[in-house]
Amino acid sequence: MKKNVLGIFILLVAIFVITAVINPKFLNAYNMQNLIKWSSLYAVMSLGVAFVIITGGIDLSIGSVVGLVSVVLSICLKLEGMDPWSAIGITLVLSLGIGLLHGLLITKAKVQPFVVTLCGLLVYRSMGRWLTDNQSIGPMPYEEDAGYKNLEQIQGLDFLFSGKIALGSFNLPTPALFILVLSIAAAVFLRRTIWGRYLFALGNNEEGTRYSGIDTDRMKILAYVLCSLFAGIAGILFAFELDSVQPAQTGEFYELYAIAAAVLGGCSLRGGEGSVLGVVIAAAVIRLIYNSINMVGISTHLEFGILGLVILLGVIGDEFLKKAVARKQAAVKT
Amino acid sequence: MDESSSPLLEVSGLRKSFPGVLALRGVSLHLQKGEVLALIGENGAGKSTLMKILAGVQPADEGDFRVSGKKVFFRNVNDAMDKGIALIHQELNLCGNLDLAANVFLGREPTKAGLIDESEMRRQTEKFLSQVGLNLPVDTLAGSIPIGKQQLVEIAKALSCNARVLIMDEPTSSLSQKETETLFEVVKNLRSKGISVIYISHRLGEVKELADRVTVFRDGENVGELMQDQIDHDNMVKLMVGRELSEFYDRQIHNPGKPVLSLKNLRCPSYPQHPLSLEVSEGEIVGVAGLVGAGRTELLQTIFGVTPALGGSLEISGEAKEIRNPRAAISVGIALAPEDRKQHGLVLPMSVRENSSLPSLQRDASRGWLNENAERAVTQNAVESMKIKTPNYEQMARFLSGGNQQKIVLGKWLAMSPKLLLLDEPTRGIDVGAKREIYKLMEKLAGEGMAILFVSSEMEEVLGMADRAYVMHEGQISGELSRDQMSEKAIMNLATGNLAAA
Repeated sequence: MKKNVLGIFILLVAIFVITAVINPKFLNAYNMQNLIKWSSLYAVMSLGVAFVIITGGIDLSIGSVVGLVSVVLSICLKLEGMDPWSAIGITLVLSLGIGLLHGLLITKAKVQPFVVTLCGLLVYRSMGRWLTDNQSIGPMPYEEDAGYKNLEQIQGLDFLFSGKIALGSFNLPTPALFILVLSIAAAVFLRRTIWGRYLFALGNNEEGTRYSGIDTDRMKILAYVLCSLFAGIAGILFAFELDSVQPAQTGEFYELYAIAAAVLGGCSLRGGEGSVLGVVIAAAVIRLIYNSINMVGISTHLEFGILGLVILLGVIGDEFLKKAVARKQAAVKT
Repeated sequence: MDESSSPLLEVSGLRKSFPGVLALRGVSLHLQKGEVLALIGENGAGKSTLMKILAGVQPADEGDFRVSGKKVFFRNVNDAMDKGIALIHQELNLCGNLDLAANVFLGREPTKAGLIDESEMRRQTEKFLSQVGLNLPVDTLAGSIPIGKQQLVEIAKALSCNARVLIMDEPTSSLSQKETETLFEVVKNLRSKGISVIYISHRLGEVKELADRVTVFRDGENVGELMQDQIDHDNMVKLMVGRELSEFYDRQIHNPGKPVLSLKNLRCPSYPQHPLSLEVSEGEIVGVAGLVGAGRTELLQTIFGVTPALGGSLEISGEAKEIRNPRAAISVGIALAPEDRKQHGLVLPMSVRENSSLPSLQRDASRGWLNENAERAVTQNAVESMKIKTPNYEQMARFLSGGNQQKIVLGKWLAMSPKLLLLDEPTRGIDVGAKREIYKLMEKLAGEGMAILFVSSEMEEVLGMADRAYVMHEGQISGELSRDQMSEKAIMNLATGNLAAA
């Protein structure tokens, strides 16, 4: 394990142990299942934004993509009575399209990523509200809905995306399997393919990478497409998890949690750095902090404050580690 | 000791190291009042490092530093300014959006009742501008005047801080002939008023005209001093290079083969009004000389597709090619070792291995999977054939010396076996040892039939390495010189647009 990943892992264990000691109820199966489920959901979005942050970019639209995707999915399944797998396909194509649009605007129209995705945040949120007339909606159809004919299949999807698999007395939430598969795929992509290498290279030095003959624009577009795709997958998971999607609220601020997890997990907003394992652990740390605040009995009004301080200290610690490593390398006589 | 015999500035035993390189190994220097001291040496000799230390930009690791006989220590630029030492930067530091008065007094604005005293500032600025022979309204925007005049404004700014020593680093590298003459007048005038100047230049002709004394550096050490009557071209070159020129460059002339690159009326985006035509053949080393800003780097960047051509034709081995980006250039067998190694040549925070393999990753990959064996082989090949000094393949490129960094850049391209190698200032900022190795490599590659086109601001390098040279002036090719026709004078005449004399 790399040093900075080890650091965040130690943080996770420390908070975990302290909370368990103060309140043994923290360890009960129900709480653990919830913690794993929410950590997995956050980690999916965090992994997505990590691709973009590695290239030195940013995506602020993730929460709105989550909201829009869960709204569109619910409409397709419940109101339109669409074939359930086609509905999933449509939402994935929608998220890919959003990512492609971001990538093209950033590389071809040369609009800054912050601006492109900030506008995306506003547009997708309002599209979700407009499509539903701002009424809450869920993917599960009732008798009067057109989708009722597909009830069985939709229940199947519900199990796939938000079910529980019994492992003895412990029920593992299915989102945990999603994050397992997605994080392995992401790690292999980043570390074992040339495109992963290109993302790191261009995040460190875009011009230098272009001078080495790499189509940096295409690689940046790829990063935004992956980011929105992961946000879309998270949107599907959330739709089934929540049952009732609030067009104005579902996914709100999630981009900030995702970015926070990516940064805490070792991605630098300057680009060129990051590890999948670090990001996944950091997403878990963020959920764990929430849970611990409740369990330990700290006022929930302090949630944001504590979260902010932990992230800040984590990143400062990371910087110190990096400097120490750099000094060590510099000291090697050449 | 009276004031006139104690040197104005005296340093000795100055040492400075950077990660991976010992830049200064105990150098000394002294300067009298009203003296123009020229500091010469090849790229990487340590001149710029010394200047930065003298001006307080960076501290020395050790050494004795005296001003008028008193020991001083500079922590920053302001400390140096207080002692009257000012550096005129190679890259000018004026704020283009502010007027001349605001620039001259930036950070030291005269105030009255807490507000900027505009009229005082203007009056003072006029005085200092006239000392450097500039008759411009003080409310002219700094960005709107040519570079030569901007430099004079920088000097005026230094004078306004009561500078007694001006350090000028390659002041004429981007000036026209006329601007250079004006600058010389100003320098001579300042000298007569008792101001001392340390003058760094590659242009030996200028040194001869201007300097009262010359100090020569090589590889971070003093290697000699020439008094005014000893200053001539041969003496200077011998000290700088440390051996006879022919031995250092060691060129064999190959019979050039078929043309590899041929440009016909190629229009670069930087100077679209001047179409360029040139040719480089197999086994030929062709130089491109000229002043900074003459469009040489832009020419290489257009050939390499960084800034695609607006028109004209580019042929590779007789076939017309359209090169829209570096990828396209690489695919037809072109490689570029860029001038700005850190920005364009390397990904500094990545390892020697990751840098060496970057261009060849795709070729060696199957369906996008990294081929780690091929990557290691490419790296090993680069490190061994280029003699890159690195503790291991995982060392960050950032922590290697300039010479070793340049070797990584060359190594990564050799893995692509290019037909045409473009080199932009191939030996800038690297030590003499590495420099020699790069020359040897150029010679070897040309011997194997590669076509090499290189841009250099170092006269000796062009004279020593090129089979043939093009000289550029303000975006045009002002002349072509065969090896027999090449001389410092011929190149300078063409480079400064003095066509009649060429």
